[in-house]
Amino acid sequence: MSGLLNGKRILVTGVLLESSIAFHSAKLAQEQGAEVVLTGFGRLSLVERIAARLPKPAPVLELDVSNQEQLDSLAERVRQHVDGLDGVVHSIGFAPQDALGGNFLNTPWDSVATALQVSAYSLKSLTMAALPLMEQGGSVVGMDFDASVAWPQYDWMGVAKAALASTARYLARDLGPRNIRVNLVSAGPIKSMAAKSIPGFDGLTKVWDERAPLSWDLADPEPPARGVVALLSDWFPKTTGEILHVDGGVHAVGA
Amino acid sequence: MAAINDKDAILEGLAEIVNEIAGIPAEEVELDKSFTDDLDVDSLSMVEVVVAAEERFEVKIPDDDVKGLRTVGDAADYILNAQLSTQS
Repeated sequence: MSGLLNGKRILVTGVLLESSIAFHSAKLAQEQGAEVVLTGFGRLSLVERIAARLPKPAPVLELDVSNQEQLDSLAERVRQHVDGLDGVVHSIGFAPQDALGGNFLNTPWDSVATALQVSAYSLKSLTMAALPLMEQGGSVVGMDFDASVAWPQYDWMGVAKAALASTARYLARDLGPRNIRVNLVSAGPIKSMAAKSIPGFDGLTKVWDERAPLSWDLADPEPPARGVVALLSDWFPKTTGEILHVDGGVHAVGA
Repeated sequence: MAAINDKDAILEGLAEIVNEIAGIPAEEVELDKSFTDDLDVDSLSMVEVVVAAEERFEVKIPDDDVKGLRTVGDAADYILNAQLSTQS
């Protein structure tokens, strides 16, 4: 079988439901020949049930990116399943309810700090936790949502995504010498569990209905997942610190 | 092809699932009980209940339909109908 990721070992975080971009990234990665290890947060029994729907079995490890002990032990726990990693998918984001939904002017720092730690700083934490496993280099891919403009309702999550993009660029700078690439996929809106937790998500989706040059299907996480797999593959060997837009082209048009 | 369960068997299966996932005693899971109001099943637990029910009863319950499943009876009827329609 010839696949884009033949022989590669990939860690995928953020699988919750089949509707997640992370699930589809893991699925496509397996179909393209990769060996996949998953991490889940909180409700591991749910992640395990969903993992069972992948084409091949994949172990599920617990990882709370704000828990230093779990980060410290990650490499060792991954090694029980694979002898190293060639790629890491960061699909993690969280903002407390008062940091989203039109409360921008009143959100307290604690909530903002949580959003930044879990959604942006975690790209650094996760990458560093996986670093001992990527001795031959590797590809780190994170999930972005266009942070170059202000969106309705997205609020501090938008600020966190801007921080994520900047974090990716600095990681690209500092890990380039180890042949580790760090890139983001900026996806259009997908109706996943993450979307359900954004109040006013429907307001965002209208933009895609009206402006996307390529028709955009909210219920199809596969296009962004294909972008993730492409960046994990050897076909972007000299691309790092980049944001690949898989958004139907919305970022390119003004109206 | 999966066997079709009758409504009692579906209720029994749902009760086991709700007990396993949300820790609610199986005997409290009755057809007229609301998942959120009466049984205190939170949204993420509800998601897991749905996933587990899909597997146990070999049906698909799309996200958009989950909102309509307010009570245990709603879910049992949905599963029964879904099983019948995949058989025919």
